[in-house]
Amino acid sequence: MGKTLAEKILSENSGSDAHAGDIIIARVDLAFLQDGTGPLALRQLEESGLEQIANPERVVLFLDHAAPSPSLELANDHIILRQFARKSGAQLYDVGEGVCHQLVVESYANPGEVIIGADSHTVTAGALGAFATGMGSTDVAIAIALGRTWLRVPESFNVAVSGGFTKGVYAKDLALHLIGRLGADGATYKSLEFSGEAIANMSMTGRFTLANMAVEAGAKTGLFPTDEVTRAYLESRGRSALFRSLRPDPDAKYERAIAIDASSLEPMVSKPHAVDNIALARELTGTKIAQVFIGTCTNGRLDDLAVAAAILSGKRCHPKTRLLVAPASREVLREAISAGYIQTLLEAGAVLLPPGCGPCVGVHQGVLGDGEACLSTANRNFRGRMGNPEAHIYLGSPATAAASAIAGEITDPRELV
Amino acid sequence: MLRGKAFKFEDNISTDDITPGRLFHLRSNLPELAKHVLEDVAPSFGSMVKPGDFIAAGVNFGLGSSREHAAIVLKMAGVEAILAKSIARIFFRNAVNVGLPVLICDTDKINDGDELEIDLVGSIVKNLTNGTKLPIGEFPEVMLRILEEGGLIPYIKKHGDFES
Ligand code: SF4
Repeated sequence: MGKTLAEKILSENSGSDAHAGDIIIARVDLAFLQDGTGPLALRQLEESGLEQIANPERVVLFLDHAAPSPSLELANDHIILRQFARKSGAQLYDVGEGVCHQLVVESYANPGEVIIGADSHTVTAGALGAFATGMGSTDVAIAIALGRTWLRVPESFNVAVSGGFTKGVYAKDLALHLIGRLGADGATYKSLEFSGEAIANMSMTGRFTLANMAVEAGAKTGLFPTDEVTRAYLESRGRSALFRSLRPDPDAKYERAIAIDASSLEPMVSKPHAVDNIALARELTGTKIAQVFIGTCTNGRLDDLAVAAAILSGKRCHPKTRLLVAPASREVLREAISAGYIQTLLEAGAVLLPPGCGPCVGVHQGVLGDGEACLSTANRNFRGRMGNPEAHIYLGSPATAAASAIAGEITDPRELV
Repeated sequence: MLRGKAFKFEDNISTDDITPGRLFHLRSNLPELAKHVLEDVAPSFGSMVKPGDFIAAGVNFGLGSSREHAAIVLKMAGVEAILAKSIARIFFRNAVNVGLPVLICDTDKINDGDELEIDLVGSIVKNLTNGTKLPIGEFPEVMLRILEEGGLIPYIKKHGDFES
């Protein structure tokens, strides 16, 4: 019987013949923490009494969620993480370096690896063919010490995307469409495995967006086969030697097959307060937007800023709408400056935030007021997510975000591109 | 045998509902964070829940962020077990890791305030208020072992590793 990508990676990793449903002990190739989950993980690590760190080169701490710190409590949490890195030899990315998932794909993730992070969007690295999944602080703490974790080999859904995207429609729209179709728990415990023409032609940026949002359907991981696009990306990151060709067996057994024609998709928006509460952007015309946020581990990459800058070039944000932009990493910011995107966005009225999570998780920088609505390029719109349970969050692509910033209300970007 | 009162919750209670991002700065002060447990969805829950009580929720309980703080503050508030029609993956692991039982059963048969008796060995929830008996869904062996030790940290302290 053929194997899915998940079964292949986990079989090789554990040196066993792993099939969906099996419990395996996996070698952890990369374990990471961020500033919201890291302090608890370090307390648990200490409590466990385990003194060793299996592989400090492959343990990474990111200060990204509350960066720079908005409060004394979080500043003290940051001290704990910095001290641990110094003492253990673990890698540290301090405030301003960017969002953990972007830094993981820029500098660490490789095809065939098992990656666990104390953050649910760890799934992002699945775009590079890594079995990457989020866990809580205790699980990651133990993996840091032992270099191992237990995993249940997931059943897989084959998401086959045919056709090509039409103008103004992006991987984000596909992600929202897919989650709307599956439901927020439609893929719980499963691996989403992507295939088809639209996936083969998709840039790494688009693949990262799609993999990132796999968890919004409950999935354990979102996996892409590796190809020339993967190879070129790794090469650009100085990791060409780590490229490996990975694809599922032709007779792999999938629990479910989902077929989507990319050419039939339109710009999509998730409405409050659930990611699977989707609508077409054009159906929401007239919905006033007080704040637009472009950034996050979903859509804060160079190509995303390029799309937004192209739409906002020579235009101004609506007088009743503020636009916040947080590049996903320092490198994205530097490249966006070189390419002129930042200049364009600033001229359009954008507020530039430091690389990091920005207002995504309600800690600081752009907390919404009562009754205000935000159109965000993030991955979640749960009640209270951006710091105020009385606010409303809509999710869309960078193009939809930019178009809505100009109009001051939700706008189908095809009117402008 | 566990016995207590059920607090009923809707579908899709997220970790942002349990421990909102605006309280991010309290994550290293768990007793303080626990005072706000679920306050955006059920403002009176924190003051009404008693040690030994249960949460009976709908589908996909605990979806969203990986913050284990959510499972910890529920436990600190006195919640003895979570019953739901389904549980989000990361929350499931987190709850077990902190020694909080999460049980899959048909919570439609449970109303807010019902008295429940849970037999973990016999895998059955008895609703003492309306007399129904609800079977509990299967639990992976490895999670049972972790739960039996009271969580992953005590498990590792005792066994040193996953295999033994
Ligand atoms: S950008 Fe948002 S979703 Fe991504 S890691 Fe940061 S807080 Fe989480």
